[in-house]
Amino acid sequence: MSADIAWIDAAITSARPQAIGALLRYFRDLDIAEEAFQDACLRALKSWPEKGPPRDPTAWLIMVGRNSAIDGVRRRAKTTALPDEAAISDLGDAETDLADRLDDSHYRDDVLRLLFICCHPDLPATQQIAVALRIVSGLSVKQIARAFLVGESAMEQRITRAKAKIQAADVPFETPGPEERAQRVAAVAAMVYLVFNEGYSATGDTATARAKLCDEAVRLARLLLRLFPTEPEIMSLTALMLLQDARARARFDAQGDIVLLDQQDRTLWDRRKIHEGLALIDKAVRHRRPGPYQIQAAIAALHARAETAADTDWSEIGQLYAALERLNPSPVVTLNRAVAVSKVDGPEAALALVDPLAKALGGYFYFHGMRGALLMQLKRDAEAREAFNQAIALAGSSAEAAHIRSQLDQLTDGGQFARA
Amino acid sequence: MLYAILCYNAEDVVMSWSQEQDDAVMAKLDVVHQRLYDEKKLGPAMRLMGTSTATTLHKQQDLVIDGPYAETKEALLGLYIVDVKDLEEGLAVARALGQANPGGAYELRPLRLYQPGVDIG
Repeated sequence: MSADIAWIDAAITSARPQAIGALLRYFRDLDIAEEAFQDACLRALKSWPEKGPPRDPTAWLIMVGRNSAIDGVRRRAKTTALPDEAAISDLGDAETDLADRLDDSHYRDDVLRLLFICCHPDLPATQQIAVALRIVSGLSVKQIARAFLVGESAMEQRITRAKAKIQAADVPFETPGPEERAQRVAAVAAMVYLVFNEGYSATGDTATARAKLCDEAVRLARLLLRLFPTEPEIMSLTALMLLQDARARARFDAQGDIVLLDQQDRTLWDRRKIHEGLALIDKAVRHRRPGPYQIQAAIAALHARAETAADTDWSEIGQLYAALERLNPSPVVTLNRAVAVSKVDGPEAALALVDPLAKALGGYFYFHGMRGALLMQLKRDAEAREAFNQAIALAGSSAEAAHIRSQLDQLTDGGQFARA
Repeated sequence: MLYAILCYNAEDVVMSWSQEQDDAVMAKLDVVHQRLYDEKKLGPAMRLMGTSTATTLHKQQDLVIDGPYAETKEALLGLYIVDVKDLEEGLAVARALGQANPGGAYELRPLRLYQPGVDIG
């Protein structure tokens, strides 16, 4: 049986995190691990179409990559001093059957370590995302640069610097204990959600280039879920992203302007993603261990389950935001709860929640946009105008500014504001 | 004689397909589906969501666990398609079935695609 290029491509993509994770454990060097994997992929492209794909492509790539890197170390050893055997560590298992060990928890820790290394706390969030996309997802520097709207050489430098920082930091290679593993999983989950938000916050012309980030985030979440299939927060994170991503096509109109949740054409929502998201949140809820992702996914699920905007269970959403506020107090969460409160108890009650947030959220676009909308409903037009003007000054994109301008235009005939 | 054809593949790889790759495979399958349908040979066909969406109810102990049923000593003997509101209701159906037919387990796996096919009864 011969393997076609699309199949090989998918096999290599899916093998990548496990293979690089294992190679990193052998060589304890990201550059060597990446180079070894690259080499193995080139050999796969030569060998698999002729000989057919191996029974276990991941094991094949790890084995071939490791041998090629050991050859490289030996070649270099002719001109430089031979490295200490410990430097190319973990060769003790060279004789054991790799395929048998792929199900081992060992490999779970390899992948988790690789993901964890990418979100090293010394790195700023944008670098964490860039490194993860480069190393774990295997996106090209060009693709990542396009998604971040920077030049290719600037992105190349950013990734190189981040990798140097990671290499200099001491990354523990021993098997993490349960507590440390839980911490790593949480850090990795946060990084995955950052990747998603980086893509989801895109508007207008940048939307296509950045949609790729949402796909990658979902892929990384699925990977985490395969490693930790009974972890409710990972189920929830995957559900949350699927449910949000399902609305992608309805969030902007043909002109690239923002369409609010209330006004979105729900027939444009991706039913397939919604169904999978609902299946996962259902599973997570059964664990009765609500975490921040679970509550956020439950909110997204209530929006997804409402057939029309009018069917939305705002009272339940308000309760969920209150639960999130207790678990993770933040002014942004309170602002979101105010949206639900405005639907249930009216604009006055919502404004009472929003006004005290001025100190914390004075520099936040949505705060002023929300305030303006509430004031507009209360017919306090002059104050609404002032709030909308502040929002425009803080808009992060032309679509956001255009949206507020359209609110300003309707100042006399009412309207509502909610985050799309 | 009716036959069931059970589909197996490397889940990691299939889940790594891009939307375009997935659509391309489904389009090729649709050609085969259509032929079988025209020949009145195609019964219900379905595609399941990934194993991470699966929940398993062990009937005897009423134990609900995450993930697919992977007990190799027992074989897949049949399947139901039920239209339920959520996982809770699905588990209730599974429990009712389990009372009628105890032993073993039911795996609840959401469907991704469902084609009822021709009436071959």
